[in-house]
Amino acid sequence: MAEPMLAIEGLTKRFGGVVAADNVSLAASRGEIHALIGPNGAGKTTLIQQLSGALAPDAGRIYFEGRDITRLAFHQRVAIGLARSYQITSLFPRLTALDNVALAVLARSGSSLSFWRPAAAERVVFDQARSALERVGLGGRENAIAGLLAHGEQRLLEVGLALATNARLLLLDEPMAGMGPEESERMIALIGALKGAITVLLVEHDMDAVFRLADRISVLVSGRIIATGAPGDIRASAEVKRAYLGEALAA
Amino acid sequence: MRKVLTLAALTAAIIFPLVARPLGWDFYIGFASRVLIYALAASSLNLVLGYGGMLSFGHAAFVGVGAYTVAVLMVEGVANAWVSWPLAIAVSGLLAAAIGAASLRTRGVYFIMITLAFAQMIYYIAVGTRVYGGEEGLNLGSRSLVGFGLDLKDGVTFYYLVLTVLAGTLYCLHRLIRARFGRVIEAIRENETRMEAIGFPTYQYKLVCFVIGGGLAGLAGALLANQNDYVNPNLLYWTQSGSLMIMVILGGVGYHYGGLLGATVLLLLEEVFSAYTTYWQLPVGVAMLAIVLFAPQGLAGIVGRRSLAHRIADG
Repeated sequence: MAEPMLAIEGLTKRFGGVVAADNVSLAASRGEIHALIGPNGAGKTTLIQQLSGALAPDAGRIYFEGRDITRLAFHQRVAIGLARSYQITSLFPRLTALDNVALAVLARSGSSLSFWRPAAAERVVFDQARSALERVGLGGRENAIAGLLAHGEQRLLEVGLALATNARLLLLDEPMAGMGPEESERMIALIGALKGAITVLLVEHDMDAVFRLADRISVLVSGRIIATGAPGDIRASAEVKRAYLGEALAA
Repeated sequence: MRKVLTLAALTAAIIFPLVARPLGWDFYIGFASRVLIYALAASSLNLVLGYGGMLSFGHAAFVGVGAYTVAVLMVEGVANAWVSWPLAIAVSGLLAAAIGAASLRTRGVYFIMITLAFAQMIYYIAVGTRVYGGEEGLNLGSRSLVGFGLDLKDGVTFYYLVLTVLAGTLYCLHRLIRARFGRVIEAIRENETRMEAIGFPTYQYKLVCFVIGGGLAGLAGALLANQNDYVNPNLLYWTQSGSLMIMVILGGVGYHYGGLLGATVLLLLEEVFSAYTTYWQLPVGVAMLAIVLFAPQGLAGIVGRRSLAHRIADG
């Protein structure tokens, strides 16, 4: 069996008395879309924070392509191919869409300790940024100011920024958050197109999207993984229904 | 438009002594040199505060340490500007590296307080160092030697030298802001977390920016020591940091000419009002308030656009 792209072993994180991650173990194979679902407050975003390096776990280890990255800094993880997007859109709102992704391209194209040559003259960077924008379907919006884009477009740009880092593993934190049905379709198509090429850990509340996209699903409840399996198995699991889907249906 | 304004201002600055000297306005030539030196100091703070988004409240320490470096070297017999001025930049830059390395681990109000605290420490070190004058300060005795047959004791020569240094620095800063490095620090100011998330070691970039700002402040200090022929610990006092901050806010935070405009206007207001009243700070305060209320982007904001990476693509 091939080495998993991402492996988490016994990850634990406490905030005072609250256990946000309770001995979490998880593995995502190369190229798969692995969805992480669970009720609000289950610890999904906290897990993303720890995987991306924004937050240090209290215990446990994180392996990326077999390499222990538990102690690696946020930006170092991005450099080796692990990037995240945000649940609450986090862009450079006063820059154009193109300049937003251009920054992500700059980050991976050598040192930016360049003090003299105009950044605007770097054709290669902007060419790559343009193709990154096209990839998320914002090809015609290069010169639009990011803060003035429609919500759905901002969400696409949010994912576009993470993609433009050339990540091989994407942590997508509720990419569909606040999107209408049509906008969601664009996002589903975008994420679906990544399948096989990029490994995706997808945190999402939109169950329709999750069941259409995911190869496998893990269910997180109160910081614990209670089930991992194919979408059909998860749908059929009584424990999952009780812990999560039941609650969602009742709401 | 901006190029025309820049050239007009530069031309006026070049012509000024040619008109002022025959009229016997030597005092104003000295005053203009002081304005240009403070413009350099304020511009160096603007790099840190305006472009880098770091609210440093201890910038006077770097100016003061630069000034002391030149003064101490002078007293010890090193008058050559080509030695003492680069050393002033280096010493201030190194100090900025040390202070920045510790301070940049904090954010917001803590960063303001810790930079202030470090600067005050340096101030008390200067006060306590009796060999170099302590509270009394230190007389330079003469001005730095630059060679080329130039004598800095001559007000006009000194003025032109200061103008050259300022113009050169502003041009370098202009390049710096448009280069990758400038784009990166401006983007960090806009959204530091996201910059980390796309792979930038933001702490290191901010530190480099802080060190460049400190080094340029040291250069301003070197000029200031020559201008005054004298240094004392007040150069490092926190109110000096406050003045530099006021200049930047007045002139325009994150505007290329923010430091220049702010220094010019603040020192002019000070000069004009102090001729009429010992309470000159009151009208200056009122003028400040008016600018903050009616031109919150500062004076540069009235005429120009804030430099921002939103035009990376079109330069």
